[in-house]
Amino acid sequence: MSILVTPQTKVLVQGVTGSFGARHTQLSIEYGSQIVAGVTPGKGGQVFEHAGKKVPIFDTVAEAAQQTGATASAIFVPPPFAADAILEAIDAGLALAVCITEGIPVNDMVKVKRAMEGKTTRLIGPNCPGIVTPGEGKDSHGGCRIGIAPGYIHKKGNIGVVSRSGTLTYEAVWQLTCRGVGQSTCVGIGGDPVNGTSHLDVIKMFNDDPETHGIIMIGEIGGAAEEEAAEWIKANCKKPVAGFIAGATAPPGRRMGHAGAIVSGGKGTAAAKIAAFKDAGIGVAVTPSEMADTLLKMM
Amino acid sequence: MNIHEYQAKQLLAQYGVAVPPGEVCDTPEAAKKIAEGLFAKGEKLVVVKSQIHAGGRGKGTFKSGFQGGVKLCKTADDVLEKATAMLGNVLVTKQSGPEGKLVSKLLVAAAPEIKKEFYCAVLLDRASSRPIMMVSTEGGVDIEEVAEKNPEKIVKETIDPAVGMMPYQARKLAAALGLKGDLIGNAAKLLMGVYKTWWESDAAMVEINPLCIVVGPDGKEALSAVDAKIGLDDNALYRHKNIQEMRDLAEEAPLEIEASKFNLNYIKLDGNIACLVNGAGLAMATMDIIQHFGGNPANFLDVGGGASKEQVTAAFKIILSDKNVKGILVNIFGGIMDCNIIATGIIAAVKETHLSIPLVVRLEGNNVVAGQKTLAESGLSLITGDTMADAAQKVVSAVGKI
Repeated sequence: MSILVTPQTKVLVQGVTGSFGARHTQLSIEYGSQIVAGVTPGKGGQVFEHAGKKVPIFDTVAEAAQQTGATASAIFVPPPFAADAILEAIDAGLALAVCITEGIPVNDMVKVKRAMEGKTTRLIGPNCPGIVTPGEGKDSHGGCRIGIAPGYIHKKGNIGVVSRSGTLTYEAVWQLTCRGVGQSTCVGIGGDPVNGTSHLDVIKMFNDDPETHGIIMIGEIGGAAEEEAAEWIKANCKKPVAGFIAGATAPPGRRMGHAGAIVSGGKGTAAAKIAAFKDAGIGVAVTPSEMADTLLKMM
Repeated sequence: MNIHEYQAKQLLAQYGVAVPPGEVCDTPEAAKKIAEGLFAKGEKLVVVKSQIHAGGRGKGTFKSGFQGGVKLCKTADDVLEKATAMLGNVLVTKQSGPEGKLVSKLLVAAAPEIKKEFYCAVLLDRASSRPIMMVSTEGGVDIEEVAEKNPEKIVKETIDPAVGMMPYQARKLAAALGLKGDLIGNAAKLLMGVYKTWWESDAAMVEINPLCIVVGPDGKEALSAVDAKIGLDDNALYRHKNIQEMRDLAEEAPLEIEASKFNLNYIKLDGNIACLVNGAGLAMATMDIIQHFGGNPANFLDVGGGASKEQVTAAFKIILSDKNVKGILVNIFGGIMDCNIIATGIIAAVKETHLSIPLVVRLEGNNVVAGQKTLAESGLSLITGDTMADAAQKVVSAVGKI
């Protein structure tokens, strides 16, 4: 198994006709993922064609889900319209919405989170690379890729990876794959201060997933989500966890690229997060070059 | 984005928050004129406040030797004298850095008699994904210190974004400040306005410190936002034209403004090893690993997922305009992008900028073998690193040898 998605998961793409959405939809099709529908309001009835595959485009998410059986959405909608797109996916009753969009106003996400209360849809992101459950084929072909991660760096296996950063996720995944170690699922939860799914949410899923034998958790400065996850891991997690925290050298009060990566009021420092990791028995990679080795030594 | 105190007070006033009457100006003569108007309306004291994006102005020192960026004055002539001493001079405060900030605008405002000082702020509570308003009876002091030593003196109210702040919540907070009688309603109205300013302006933070009980010229006590600070959510600026116009480029680092023109996310630091990285998390981690191996990062620089030739060239130019830089570490994980294209871009940028300091390049990902071959055959004297650790050690050692 895996978490969140399997190679059989049927995926629709919101914003499939934009250049960014189209490019990554093509890559997901090439990776062998089940892309079954696209959604662009006003372009219903058209077809997204790539590599011999014809993906029907619908005007609404509800219609797309009904007609194709899609249960997950990849959202590539520009920031001013992204909150609306997320809520449309939730209204359609999808199990999973993965929002890649970077730059959504914080208050829009505050409203989205409030509107999601009591709903069953799980939101990953926004401002995230998405999810990959590697497949069995060459270069992990045939897996489920929702988002923008490079598919070929993955390998099917038993390590779960969760991270706020895209390229640091790729770094960790590639270190594992180069050592012949595969992954169950890799989840980028995003770099924004308000997101749908936390480190802890993903850690709990990995803990319950029989196919996941070890976990890499990558965090960064800002907020207290890493500390929250560490506390839970200390008391409950049955699997080895290794971690890395980025931003030890970041000056306080400055946003380091990600909207959520900021040390403010002395809170959210790398030092505090690393201390929480150590206290919870999480193996701390001293440098990002040692993320995979730190975990493998624990297993 | 941050804005000046006078701009923050303009926004707050639009939402019904009482602020001491005053105006902004950029000449000593104009300052005097504003002061004369205030005295004529019965004010007994006027304050002249330097407008810079840094706290600690009152206790700051001008490079001219003049003490204090905030001055109380009893006469218009005194205002003229203080304004002359401040305008056009550089003010150094504990938050401005040793280089200080040029004072080119002054807020001249009434300085009413203050009975009591409180603290009030609205910000996002990341744990609940909801706004919170917090107040404290400990006003006018460093709130971080209060949070550490007397956390019980900070009272918080979480706001449901579906309905916004309700009046009962404002009254609860007013009561927590120990207010009685008419002041409860007065404070509640003000606090509602502060929340509305936060929500409707898409602010990241609104801070009123101090929020004061003041005595007006009529002898009546009322709440007033004596100082105010507002930071805004950059992602939401597109929908606030009035706030975009408040941007003061003079307050921003020139290199950071230049970088933003090329969609580069650049933050200047104090070290001498520059880095150029794709992705914010990897960029932070690259700074960290430079420091881990004994170096000192000169900047944070995220070129984004693409790392095109134009962006890499622009990034090199920006990095090289920082005269402290003695070496460069390029760290690219080319996930989707072809490493060979990135390598070609790096070579073009090196040639165009006539780079003469050590350059270490670590490429990983898609088509990396071809990319490394291109770098090796370029005839340039760049150093390649296999892993992040290897590359970081190489750049630290290359810079150490200079």
